[in-house]
Amino acid sequence: MQFRTLALLGGMIALAACSTTGDSRPGTSSKNAATENGAPFPSTYKPYPGVPTALVGATVFDGAGAKIENGTVLLAGGKVVAIGGPDLAIPAEYTRIDGVGKFVTPGVIDIHSHLGDYASPAVEANSDGNEATSPTTPEVWAEHSVWPQDPGFSRALANGGVTSLQILPGSANLMGGRSVTLKNIPSRTVQGMKFPGAPYGFKMACGENPKRVYGGKGRMPSTRMGNFAVNRQTWLDAKKYAAGDRKNRDLAKETLAGALDGQILVHNHCYRADEMALVIDMAKEMGYKVSAFHHAVESYKIGDLLKENDICSAIWADWYGFKMESYDGIPENAAILQREGACVVIHSDDANGIQRLNQEAAKAQASGRRMGITIADADVISWFTRNPAKAMGIDKQTGSLEAGKMADVVLWNGNPLSIYSRPEKVWIDGALMYDYDNPKMRPVSDFELGQPGEGDVK
Amino acid sequence: MTARRFLLAAVSLIALPQVVHAQDFVITNATVAKGDGSEPISGGVVEVRGGKVVYAGPAMGQAMETDTVIDVAGMWVTPGIFAAVTDIGLADVGGVSESNDTSANSSPFNAALDVATSINPSSQDIAVTRVGGVTRATVAPSPGKSIFAGQGALIDTGADPDAVTEARAFQLVTLGEGGARLAGGSRVASEVTLRNALREARAFADGKWGGDDAMLTRADAAALGPVVAGKQKLYIRVERASDIRTLLAMKQEFQQLDMVLVGVSEGWLVAKELAASGVPVIADPLDDLPSSFEQLAATQSNVGRMTQAGVKVAIGGIAAFDQPRNLKQYAGNLVALQKVPRAAGLSWGQALASITSIPAAISGMGGKLGVLAPGAAADVVVWDGDPLELSSAPVHVFIDGVQQPLENHQTRLRDRYKNLDESALPKAYDW
Repeated sequence: MQFRTLALLGGMIALAACSTTGDSRPGTSSKNAATENGAPFPSTYKPYPGVPTALVGATVFDGAGAKIENGTVLLAGGKVVAIGGPDLAIPAEYTRIDGVGKFVTPGVIDIHSHLGDYASPAVEANSDGNEATSPTTPEVWAEHSVWPQDPGFSRALANGGVTSLQILPGSANLMGGRSVTLKNIPSRTVQGMKFPGAPYGFKMACGENPKRVYGGKGRMPSTRMGNFAVNRQTWLDAKKYAAGDRKNRDLAKETLAGALDGQILVHNHCYRADEMALVIDMAKEMGYKVSAFHHAVESYKIGDLLKENDICSAIWADWYGFKMESYDGIPENAAILQREGACVVIHSDDANGIQRLNQEAAKAQASGRRMGITIADADVISWFTRNPAKAMGIDKQTGSLEAGKMADVVLWNGNPLSIYSRPEKVWIDGALMYDYDNPKMRPVSDFELGQPGEGDVK
Repeated sequence: MTARRFLLAAVSLIALPQVVHAQDFVITNATVAKGDGSEPISGGVVEVRGGKVVYAGPAMGQAMETDTVIDVAGMWVTPGIFAAVTDIGLADVGGVSESNDTSANSSPFNAALDVATSINPSSQDIAVTRVGGVTRATVAPSPGKSIFAGQGALIDTGADPDAVTEARAFQLVTLGEGGARLAGGSRVASEVTLRNALREARAFADGKWGGDDAMLTRADAAALGPVVAGKQKLYIRVERASDIRTLLAMKQEFQQLDMVLVGVSEGWLVAKELAASGVPVIADPLDDLPSSFEQLAATQSNVGRMTQAGVKVAIGGIAAFDQPRNLKQYAGNLVALQKVPRAAGLSWGQALASITSIPAAISGMGGKLGVLAPGAAADVVVWDGDPLELSSAPVHVFIDGVQQPLENHQTRLRDRYKNLDESALPKAYDW
């Protein structure tokens, strides 16, 4: 464990420091760069069979800020059919699951993961997250690096209740490439995991990593001003391309044009407040929008600016101090942002952290309470459900329990904001994909078959 | 305040004064968890005198002599958390190499390296860790270019210049995949490197060392003498089940080695052998990924299964991104596992012990640190709720009976940015 961490700090801060920015507007334009070239590598995901299910008697957090005691949640046909109190009628064909003393939330969503592109085992051969050969690589797509057999997906499901996640390129580059949004569903192919209809994201990175990686190779950028110069020139070239007929295909510029169109959501790794403010102005100059700043440990210094510009902060609860630009991280970051009315997303950037996003959110909530900022449990739940869905552009489909949305649901054996609670059952599109009462109802990747610990509780 | 006698039942709340010296005090009306594996006691009392715990347990209506009474109104009181195998105090910012003294890649020395003189009691990592209720820690170096990382220290996190409780508390060696690379490229090499070093150290201690033919420097050979003699603990980073078996077998040649295993992801597969050997373990309890080929069987049930088999297991080895102040979260997760079918966790009392009395005992400080028991150092933390719960945090922290400040760079930033109002002056004037 320590070796891995040290490796990150020494040679590969890029991994820990990868970030994304996302656009909070779901793609609506017909000029969709993600699809107009034939939508290559399309999703082949189809929901698995489920039975009409009624979760009865649990405390329900809907992910959108509401809490229902003694609630009823109906799932059928892969969708949430209805959500209500004890008086909600349950049709006869529904299988009832007793939720008394338990809690129900939407499936957990991680906006910042490298599962599959930095897979376990973390050997060099599986290190596919940073195309660190050029400071701008908008042409690479994270989905071409995702190994669907990464055992980490199963841990995120069983221990974290994660049902959707965004896999991002790392942060070695100013422009790291396209992200991919997945359903956390085991599959032989990455296409079988792709979230149907999710917009692409585009990963950018501020600060120390790009200037260190490329400055260390004796090339631009080696400074923060170099970072901005390379970014701006790349955007200017892309704008020229976007304004043309776009018939001469250029993978890098197709991604950038998609971001300029608002179809590809920009996720920008950025720690420092002053740098975020500069990025906001760069985005205005070039005509794109940042959906989320990732690893934004200093967002609390500019909550007003982030709210005004409708940009989410994807953050850890308490990571700080592992690199210079993280030195001012404080555990009250999320709470101060929430008080300012800015959008909070709790993210992991880590194959272990993704198993405990609920716990990280609870710590951030408590830190706020101790400084006098009280945030209701139901709002804290939205930090790892609806808010990431919004910043990833999938909030019309998932992220909250509303009739017609995907039946991505977690039944917890206690309050998910308590240390003593764990996911008991997880449904993805209405199909039961994890059940801690059934030893066979947990995924085991190809890699783990026949190895010590195969099928263990993990 | 003058000492006085009183009956505990008659005491009312007295505000806790800021003190810089150890003070005698009695905490009353507390939910007391002693850290020894027992479950918490409500309505408990903790009496501290001369920097030591005099009594911890139920209020029996006994008379006590003290300066100060602290009625904590039902809040929780525990021994301070004991963070085993950290790097706090050795770096200001991990990624800023100029500030980072955790390893020495270019040093000609290895086993002789001694972190005690380099620990900075004023570092923010120590201040942040202290606010999290951690009062003691073992600080370990990271390996440079040898399997021997050097000698670690036992420290307190107090806001005073004197951090080191015990210098040269242990030697740290890395085996497994990491050690193999350091030793020249294989486990075969690291095994020979370790055995050869111990043999040379024994020869040095016996006055039979041929320095010209030796692989070790004189300083390193001298430093390993106490290890071979069993006078200094040998911490060994190891993960794979087969590597653990190999190590246990090494005791046949070096019978006096006082081994402590660190990491041990696959320990549950050899739990019986470990228990029989009596070798204790410091484990990262939430490692559940096959992050390397030596951790294929990693599971969060590792600590619970080893504990059930009779192995002495502490939680530790938490560094860098995963901070010592979150040890209580790690421990709490093992309590949660008790409700997960087929998983092995810990009871609440065992979980607290795994981050207090057990790591203290593994450090050779059983009964002296990490426990609320008569004669133990008065490292006492008052929490605003169940200390293992995510919502809880320390309200008061005492080390050796001295109340500690709970401010640091983070709390100052928090206070400055409570609001974003700069209408009168820039934020830089708000301090």
